[in-house]
Amino acid sequence: MIPVQFDYLAPTSVEEALAALGQHGDDAKILAGGQSLLPVLRMRLNAPEVVIDLGGISSLRGIRDDGDALVIGAMTTHHDVRDDSLVKEHALLLSKAAAEVADSQIRHRGTFGGALAHADPAGDLGAPALALGAQFVIAGPGGSRTVDAADFFVDLFETAIGDDEILTEVRIPKHTGWGAHYEKFVRVAHQWPIVAVAATVRGSIDEARVGLTNMGSTPLRATATEQALAGASATEDGVREASQLAAEGTNPPSDLNGAADYRQHLARVLTGRAVLKAAGA
Amino acid sequence: MTKIQLTVDGASVSDDVEPRMLLVQYLREKLGKTGTVIGCDTSNCGACTVHLDGTSVKSCNVLAVQADGRTVTTIEGLADTAEGELHPVQESFRECHGLQCGFCTPGMIMQAVDLLGENPNPTEEEVRLGMEGNLCRCTGYHNIVKSVLHAAEGAKA
Repeated sequence: MIPVQFDYLAPTSVEEALAALGQHGDDAKILAGGQSLLPVLRMRLNAPEVVIDLGGISSLRGIRDDGDALVIGAMTTHHDVRDDSLVKEHALLLSKAAAEVADSQIRHRGTFGGALAHADPAGDLGAPALALGAQFVIAGPGGSRTVDAADFFVDLFETAIGDDEILTEVRIPKHTGWGAHYEKFVRVAHQWPIVAVAATVRGSIDEARVGLTNMGSTPLRATATEQALAGASATEDGVREASQLAAEGTNPPSDLNGAADYRQHLARVLTGRAVLKAAGA
Repeated sequence: MTKIQLTVDGASVSDDVEPRMLLVQYLREKLGKTGTVIGCDTSNCGACTVHLDGTSVKSCNVLAVQADGRTVTTIEGLADTAEGELHPVQESFRECHGLQCGFCTPGMIMQAVDLLGENPNPTEEEVRLGMEGNLCRCTGYHNIVKSVLHAAEGAKA
């Protein structure tokens, strides 16, 4: 399977990339790591006239400490997010989730920002980003703006990023010392989750953040569960009641992998597992 | 057409390619390096795995233009085959009978080399997880896992 012909642009700065995007508009598609885009192009589900490759913009790669937050460049690979010592220290949940994205080869190419901008509801990074209260820095012709995670994910494959804008970095408020676990339920290895739960907890358990993957058209926060977990003990009995609330307000899809009510059942079970593992129990 | 220049299996190459050309097509059709195979063409099976700047990638999921200025190693460049030598991981797959039809083997070996580079002393579970992006339809994986573990043992000796 060969993609339709396109013109290829390889800007070396965000400004150049924005100018190219401004010039070509709807006809252009941004190429980050390409691990979702190239299959789409090969299957000819999309046929942009111009592909703008961000791979040559070195300022978009890397992770830095910025006081009370970590700043992750949009073009940082899943492999690098997984292994980064700052991420392990201050946002362990992201390291755990990045380790579960697809497979080793895909993690070497696929990028943190690319996956989030793609906004596949079955993608592994949306739920942890939402749970950690990530902020998305989006560059456009008029400068940069910052969007909260709650407003970033709009719908299926749709985010707050405008047609003339590029996601440049993601700010992750530090959760230093919080335990974390990403519990992913798959039909076969290296596939998208049927459901997954991202949990990070302070103490055992003083405070909890829980994100849900593939339980609606966007990543979701299990807020009722989070509230019920505050002060709960990190035992099976202690988290049972809170886990039972995990599917509240969700609207999961029904497909060949499972019906919606099955996914809601999974969300409750996996939340219990994720929270206990996050608490080290 | 876009001009690209890269190093493939130790040799510098340069070509004009269509931007839509996949790296695996470039390797096979332009350079004749048919040791790297196309299995599924959907980025699932890992048969097309090569190393790009030293790390494993699925070459059906990379554009040739994205390899511009970089270094690619394929199964054909792992060892000095002209001298009749095999890479230790290739040798290990032969010794442990880590293949039946052999179609997935180039990708398996390239991924195993990457895995052992990152984790020279893996457990069986780490091998199985590290090879999860490579599918085999013959062996049931047991001898493949054995081959990777055997190669790790050999590297220690």
